[in-house]
Amino acid sequence: MKERVHDMGGRARFSGPLPPIDPDEKAFPHEWEGKAFALALLANRVSGANLHAFRHAIERVPEPEYLSGYYERWLASAEILLLDGGILAPGAVEARARRLRGEDVDEPSPPEPHKPDMPSGGGGNLRTVDRPPAFAVGETVRTRSEMRAPHTRLPSYARGKTGTVTALRPGQVFPDTAAYFIGEYPQPVYTVEFSSRELWGDDAEPATVTLDCFESYLKKAE
Amino acid sequence: MTANIEESVEPGIEPALRAEALESLLLERGLIDRKTVDTFIQTYETAVGPMNGAKVVAKAWTDPEYKRWLLEDGSAAIGSLGFKGPQGEHMVVVENTSTVHNVVVCTLCSCYPWPVLGLPPSWYKDPAYRSRVVKEPRAVLAEWGTELGPDVEVRVHDSSSEVRYLVLPERPVGTESMSEEDLAGLVTRDAMVGVRRVSAP
Repeated sequence: MKERVHDMGGRARFSGPLPPIDPDEKAFPHEWEGKAFALALLANRVSGANLHAFRHAIERVPEPEYLSGYYERWLASAEILLLDGGILAPGAVEARARRLRGEDVDEPSPPEPHKPDMPSGGGGNLRTVDRPPAFAVGETVRTRSEMRAPHTRLPSYARGKTGTVTALRPGQVFPDTAAYFIGEYPQPVYTVEFSSRELWGDDAEPATVTLDCFESYLKKAE
Repeated sequence: MTANIEESVEPGIEPALRAEALESLLLERGLIDRKTVDTFIQTYETAVGPMNGAKVVAKAWTDPEYKRWLLEDGSAAIGSLGFKGPQGEHMVVVENTSTVHNVVVCTLCSCYPWPVLGLPPSWYKDPAYRSRVVKEPRAVLAEWGTELGPDVEVRVHDSSSEVRYLVLPERPVGTESMSEEDLAGLVTRDAMVGVRRVSAP
């Protein structure tokens, strides 16, 4: 599968110099960013989506726009969710923007809404999982090397790798199905620790990397 | 003149205008209201930010019982100070010491513990940080002036589920006589993500 822009861990093409740290940076350095933030959260609500569908929408933003900035991609993902849910017609935002700029353009009529209706097991993403966890703290596990859904929370750099379970976390809604409104299918989540050598090879800096892995991302190590 | 409505992404429209256009479309259909938009913005501009996390850290530095609780059950200990909400459903606090250094990232998006740190700063969302810190954390920290000795164990936490991490930085030497409130004033956002240390005044 082609590497997608958002899955950045360890990728050489992004490994340029770090930006400076401004300890006093404000939440929204530009005023429109605050509006984009609020509108994206509200678009998620209005379109009947969820956190995972929102992240999936961000991951579908075309690469140049994704890389143009954080709230740029939030704004684009808000539009994607509203298009998906039939709240806005294609081209509606662009047409309105041009009208606001004084151009005489036609605006498309709003379509028929078709919001997703995935049943929810409650607020937030923590869930009680009825079956016992498959892995125990201290156990050696291996991550899957192939992921079926385009939206997944197992980064590319950690696929097909061996690590050790260091903690059992609360059960959570499964992003790989919830993002598509298939269902919540909550799973146990494990913190798994990987050595830098396992991830990056023998000349890696000495370090460990931990990831929080959904149960179906893992299998017992051979 | 007719707009080309085939194109859902129009690079010629600057983001401020796109935000305004989107807002006006949703407002006129009563799908959102201006008060909610303003409340969201103001909450993260003023009420929720790294000053919350700084209070947690200063309390842990001055109250050993609280520190024990914080490391054992981050969500409950942080919640007891009133800090809860979205992107903080399950909080895990990791302690930096003279021998262990923790640093937090989200390589897949920019997950960040909102209730204690507010919204993520630009460096945290930068492709260079997201790509490099899982592969060469020491080089990243050194580039930002944080040198770690060879005997320090480095642990990078990639926030890949709804677990959110807060780093409990080391209390700087020379601050023994400072009050909890004054200590909170020393604690920076960068130190609570683990990219810098807290300095004595």
